[in-house]
Amino acid sequence: MNVHLLAIDWFFVIEKILLISAVLAVSLVIAMYSTWGERKVAAWIQDRRGPNRAGPFGLLQPLADGGKLFFKEEIIPATANKFLFVLGPSMAMLTACLTSAVIPWGDVLNIGGKDISLQIADVNIGVLWIMAVVGMGVYGIMIGGWASNNKFSLMAACRGASQVISYELPMGLSLIALFMLSGSLSLKDIVEQQREGLWYVVLQPIGFLIFLICAFAECNRTPFDLPEAENELNGGYHLEYSSMKLGFYLFAEYINMFISSALMATLYFGGYSFPYMDSLGLSPNLVTILGICALFLKTFAFIFFFMWVRWTLPRFRYDQLMKLGWKVLIPLALLNMLITGAVVLYRQG
Amino acid sequence: MGTMSTELMIFILLSAIAIASALGVILSKNPVNSVLNMIICFVAIAGHYIMLNAQFLFVVHLIVYTGAIMVLFLFVLMMMNLNADIEPQKRNWLKYAGAISGGALLLVLVGALREASLPAVQAGSATDIGLIANLGKTLFTSYVVPFELSSVLFLSAMVGAVVIGKK
Repeated sequence: MNVHLLAIDWFFVIEKILLISAVLAVSLVIAMYSTWGERKVAAWIQDRRGPNRAGPFGLLQPLADGGKLFFKEEIIPATANKFLFVLGPSMAMLTACLTSAVIPWGDVLNIGGKDISLQIADVNIGVLWIMAVVGMGVYGIMIGGWASNNKFSLMAACRGASQVISYELPMGLSLIALFMLSGSLSLKDIVEQQREGLWYVVLQPIGFLIFLICAFAECNRTPFDLPEAENELNGGYHLEYSSMKLGFYLFAEYINMFISSALMATLYFGGYSFPYMDSLGLSPNLVTILGICALFLKTFAFIFFFMWVRWTLPRFRYDQLMKLGWKVLIPLALLNMLITGAVVLYRQG
Repeated sequence: MGTMSTELMIFILLSAIAIASALGVILSKNPVNSVLNMIICFVAIAGHYIMLNAQFLFVVHLIVYTGAIMVLFLFVLMMMNLNADIEPQKRNWLKYAGAISGGALLLVLVGALREASLPAVQAGSATDIGLIANLGKTLFTSYVVPFELSSVLFLSAMVGAVVIGKK
């Protein structure tokens, strides 16, 4: 074979592999500590102490939980479709991790005279990629729920699928209004525009609100956690799952929460940019690092908001969920799109 | 063995996946497996779009086909809970008729494509026509009438679905 067969820029490949590993590791660690954070926030809201036995402030609790899940007995029901039963949680994890590829985690970092962009793929269609992966995320729930061969799992899977499909529409419509202002689908461009101008939450308050509500629904978080309504469905789509397969489903939910928080921070709250970042007179690398901190600060604020809502609001009823999605959010998103379009056209003259 | 570029290797890999999963769609007895194979096939075809640098087409293909249409397929199959054993047995002559008519269609397609002259395709895949801005400009200038007409068609299909659903 010819040596020039694989004319690949090896430095590029190694850079991207390192970046992907770092982003994956960070999302997994943050998801892990979100489970700890969730319990602490719940305890704080309910005037309890929360986990405080394993390590200082219970910080080793996620490790203990993970270890427990790994060593628990793994049960695959006799009537289940074995292959699909394993595929379900794998799909849930895969789709949860895929979205992080297009989020700009920071500006350019200059190491040894070489500029390294802290975004895995600055593609032209960044936001649409996220919509595509979110759309595929429902397969994990559906396949798992169906393969369990249990009527409660199946009902939960059907609920999950219809919920995700219904709330994708207003989410997409609220994004269209944002694109009318930004004129670009690349997340990097959207952040750079907010670095110079206003954050898009100021220009698109209704769009942001719709996006936020839909993000809750897409992550199956309370008040939209119908697919795992434990008092109606005995635990929902992962009823038959045990051991680490159950762990994957629960974990995927936390990764989804982290990614959608990062996405909301990027789209509407300036991403890695922060006020006065270009007038501080600091070295570019330092500004980049501060920018990463700013992005994570915004992301953590959203994760806290997710938890706050979960421990404050009760769950919707299924018909209320559908009514809210189709009869309130979609018309509102359409109206928002129409008004945004009219204003953009008017300002262009 | 001649020189094979990385692109050609990815192309062959994607094509193999697409063909294998397409065969899986028609050969597997379980309808749910058929749908899952079809999803793999669509993802492989989406990979071909990205090889052509048609990023928008790639992502729309994923959103529309794998994200929406196949979810609905799977949804219906799961609701009806179709299994391999309750699938109605087709009569033999139906199978032969299907094979003969399918083969005839293949012959017609091969015959038509053999004589067709392909317009000179630009060498190299680094064209920008598939990027969203260029595609949007083309759709809203050269092809605006068919584009708008198809949107009316979609609207009528939606209204039709609602009317049928209300009955």
